[in-house]
Amino acid sequence: MTSIIRFENVTKRFGALTVLDNFNFEVQRGEKVTLIGPSGSGKSTVLRILMTLEPFQEGLLEIDGISYHEPNGRGPFKASEKHLHKIRSNVGMVFQSFNLFPHMTVLRNIVEAPVAVLKMKRDEAESRATELLRMVDLYDKKDHFPSQLSGGQQQRVAIARALAMRPRVLLFDEPTSALDPQLVGEVLGVIRNLAQEHDLTMLLVTHEMRFAREVSDRVCFFDKGRIVEQGGPEQFFSNPQQPRTREFLSSFLGEQAPSRESLRRVQ
Amino acid sequence: MTWMQYLAPLLKGAQVTVMISLASIFFGAILAFAAGIARTSSNRVLSGIAFVYVVLFRGTPLLVQLFWFYYALPLIGISFDPVTTGITVLSLLTGAFGAEVVRGALLAVPPAQLEAARALNFSKSYTLWHVSMPQAIIEMMPAFGNLAIQNLKDTALVSLISIADLTFQAQSLRNITLDSATVYTLTLVGYFMIALCLMFVMRFIEMKLRRGPAFPRSAHS
Repeated sequence: MTSIIRFENVTKRFGALTVLDNFNFEVQRGEKVTLIGPSGSGKSTVLRILMTLEPFQEGLLEIDGISYHEPNGRGPFKASEKHLHKIRSNVGMVFQSFNLFPHMTVLRNIVEAPVAVLKMKRDEAESRATELLRMVDLYDKKDHFPSQLSGGQQQRVAIARALAMRPRVLLFDEPTSALDPQLVGEVLGVIRNLAQEHDLTMLLVTHEMRFAREVSDRVCFFDKGRIVEQGGPEQFFSNPQQPRTREFLSSFLGEQAPSRESLRRVQ
Repeated sequence: MTWMQYLAPLLKGAQVTVMISLASIFFGAILAFAAGIARTSSNRVLSGIAFVYVVLFRGTPLLVQLFWFYYALPLIGISFDPVTTGITVLSLLTGAFGAEVVRGALLAVPPAQLEAARALNFSKSYTLWHVSMPQAIIEMMPAFGNLAIQNLKDTALVSLISIADLTFQAQSLRNITLDSATVYTLTLVGYFMIALCLMFVMRFIEMKLRRGPAFPRSAHS
């Protein structure tokens, strides 16, 4: 296996605050990696940098062998729009707050980018969108507007929208954090199915520890802009090495486990 | 002369007023979008030009602008007929105020929408026209309604560069008849009727834009 993402000594600052400090991180092609950690630890920033939503100040970042910075690039990203376009064609993102376009129907939300960006024919894009909507079990909502859907349904549309661009790397930024508890399951179900896709590389920021354990090849624990501990999910969750990791996991499971259990009983 | 006989000249003037108002609203809207979009552009030259234009026309009185274009500009060899001058100046003024409305509405589009557009690899111009603008334009409509009414009322000043609009005709009538009360009452009613039509049209456009389930807030507003 070869690495598709490579962070080398990347430093990211917001003003005086250093969010990522000499950050090193590699992801293999097809790998499913979960990033966990307290808020403000830099895990979402890793995704946002990969999606070119945030520039970084120092270091090297490559996706599929292409560097994010151009040798003579300018602006905050040290790259031209054309170069950023090339980088983004590898990556898709699913946001915490879905970010569907409110003025477009569900179908158009999915079709728009393949037609406008990939120059796909509209009927071809629509048949692909139909396929994706069936996959997320929302074909009957294709002519609805986002405001007419529940949060869980909106997030499933957002996943379909991201997949329509056929990204090699799909980033999930706390995809279930904005959802009512009873809607979390349907979204996790879709992500679980996606995790079966052999070629798709997935980076998932989440607070759903059980889910992380279930779908990940690797779990990374972030604290203060560094990966404190990482490993396979079994070893990571059952036998964490670092005291900081143990502290985080115990506080987490202590709060989360009972509510999940009681939820399951209700269902 | 009875008030019925006043109607013919006043209606003639009202036609000119409506023509000048509609023309300058139309060109003003084009200028508003051009300058408003330019103001949000990352191109410094473009946003700089738009900024200077907006500041100049918002910061000077309409009457002085009219006189400047009508009396001063010919001195450097550029002269237009009164109607062209009137429409040009009113368009520029309406466009300057409209530009701030366009800019404000574009800036009010949630950043998350722009991030989603970027994640889908939309170009900047595609994002502007297909993501930002359809959401922003609805927010612009109430302010545009105000500007249209303001524009109509501002047209009264073009009578001072010898355009025979409603106000001009009213002045002439009063000079002949000395019947100030009737003439100016009819003139007020005339402007008000035109304003009502404008309000109705703007409201209609806004409702057309808001219709449908895409923007559920409209149900409560």
